[in-house]
Amino acid sequence: MKIHIIVAGIVALAVAPASAQTADVSILASTCSGCHGANADGSGGIPGLKGQQQAYIADQLKAFKGGSRPATVMNRLAKGYTDEEIAGLALHFSRLK
Amino acid sequence: MTGFSRRRFIAGAAGASAAIGMPQIAYGQAAARVVVIGGGFGGATTARFLKKASPQLNVTLVEPNRRFVTCPYSNLVIGGWRKLDQISFGYDRLAKAGIAVVHDTAAAIEHDRKRVRLAGGRMLPYDRLIVSPGIDLRWGAIAGYDEKAASLMPHAWKAGEQTLLLRRQLESMPDGGLFVMAAPANPFRCPPGPYERISMVASYLKQSKPRSKVLVLDAKENFSKQPLFQDAWAKLYPGMIEWVPVGKDGKVVKVDPKAKTVETEFGQVHKAAVANVIPPQFAGKIARDSGLADQSGWCPIDPTSFESRLVKGIHVVGDATIAAPMPKSGFAANSQGKVAAAAAVAMLQGKALGPIGMVNTCYSHVGKDYAISVANVFRVVPDRGLIEVPDSGGTSPRQWEDENRRLESVYADGWYASITGEMFG
Ligand SMILES: Cc1cc2nc3c(=O)[nH]c(=O)nc-3n(C[C@H](O)[C@H](O)[C@H](O)COP(=O)(O)OP(=O)(O)OC[C@H]3O[C@@H](n4cnc5c(N)ncnc54)[C@H](O)[C@@H]3O)c2cc1C
Ligand code: HEC
Repeated sequence: MKIHIIVAGIVALAVAPASAQTADVSILASTCSGCHGANADGSGGIPGLKGQQQAYIADQLKAFKGGSRPATVMNRLAKGYTDEEIAGLALHFSRLK
Repeated sequence: MTGFSRRRFIAGAAGASAAIGMPQIAYGQAAARVVVIGGGFGGATTARFLKKASPQLNVTLVEPNRRFVTCPYSNLVIGGWRKLDQISFGYDRLAKAGIAVVHDTAAAIEHDRKRVRLAGGRMLPYDRLIVSPGIDLRWGAIAGYDEKAASLMPHAWKAGEQTLLLRRQLESMPDGGLFVMAAPANPFRCPPGPYERISMVASYLKQSKPRSKVLVLDAKENFSKQPLFQDAWAKLYPGMIEWVPVGKDGKVVKVDPKAKTVETEFGQVHKAAVANVIPPQFAGKIARDSGLADQSGWCPIDPTSFESRLVKGIHVVGDATIAAPMPKSGFAANSQGKVAAAAAVAMLQGKALGPIGMVNTCYSHVGKDYAISVANVFRVVPDRGLIEVPDSGGTSPRQWEDENRRLESVYADGWYASITGEMFG
């Protein structure tokens, strides 16, 4: 019995992708929904992110970060993320359906 | 098989795959059990995210109230801008999402036996436990201010009946009366909250009782978004609001609820028409009674997982925690709940979570078409712990176009709809 249990566990681990990077982005992305909506489809004037072009999202976040796109709050928030994290976030939201 | 059980291991692994969008793997075994105490900002968020990460997880949420009244936007009820039922939410959608919602109070945590005893007598066994009980008020910390005094001098620092009481008192206050607030020292729930409330009270008085005055007696030397609040007060409510810091004898040490007087450290007595006393606070009782709080009355946590530093296997989130530089805000509790949910699922699987990031933004309404904000991005750095990312975040600028203040008031409403939708929608 115990042997079966252990085998089942190893199989389960093997099919769960081990990339820590992917998991991190999913946590980072989950913090955006506090404003952009639980499904990232926008809320009361705050734009939706769901399904926007990956390159568009990444460019906007970089423009907020660098100051070339004026904003009320995204400029302050975007400065908290590295370019790799921005790339990961852009991919995440572009893939949401 | 020491250290982890079969059910934890399997549910955890399947959970991690669900979290990152992989197909579910059903094993048909009993699911791991996670109990969440408290259905507020931290607890409701954690329960939702546990279930999202791992649908087969057995998630039970314990909360005594059938409807949750949010503290966020309760200042708008006090100002007459919103009604209480617009900021009240039921738990139906959590139940629909497969969360077992139990309307009872957690009476004790038996961590050696890994179970929670409910006031109604039921026992809830758990593999991991999440505790988000919010704050309790320190009755007696201000002499004369106890639970009974609060029915005459409301704190309105837990939303609901207290919010309505303060509103009624404002409505029956005569024009030309004095509204007095006693504001607490740090740390306390919602650092900008007292000053948003002052703004809402002033907006109501200016419109309905313009000869009235507002006096803020503060137990600290400065406060959150202070220049932005004071600019707004000077512009919108000139001459109406006086703020007295601790150094100018602002600390209230004693109250007489029947006489409606408050007394400061150096013996000044102020007679109020309406007195709003916000006393010092500590972590909710269940956390203090269960060995989760230290001598400060708050709960030390490991910020990578929000697992208690005092009791393994239990995560604490929200206002009850020591998580500085994160403020005690609903947004912070929401952000922490997401980390705790992911960490609990990872730990059930016997893994640790990678580096995490969190966010906070507190919007405050100060007048019509006029809101201000403070935003922060946090992460956990080895050796330094939980930090605010350097050169990020901050408050809205002091010099700004009116249009941006208006936009922030629109976005504040958008934020409120998003975060409550995520919890209760
Ligand atoms: C006036 C005011 C305005 C605010 N405005 C904002 C704002 O604009 N933005 C913002 O981000 N934050 C705001 N906040 C702060 C926000 O309300 C808190 O930070 C947030 O509620 C903390 O979440 P929590 O889960 O720790 O506690 P809560 O949300 O209070 O939830 C705790 C829950 O636990 C339950 N509970 C307690 N003990 C037990 C037990 N033994 N068994 C079962 N259940 C139990 C309680 O009934 C309660 O429902 C404001 C606060 C106030 C007072
Ligand atoms: C405090 C609320 C808040 C949070 C949290 C927040 N946003 Fe935003 N976001 C806004 C607002 C408001 C705007 C509109 C621009 C502005 O005024 O800042 C916006 C705009 C954007 C845009 C531009 C969209 C467009 O259509 O042009 C992107 C992209 C974006 N946000 C991404 C994110 C990501 C990714 C996160 C999480 C890391 C995030 N936001 C977190 C409030 C927020």
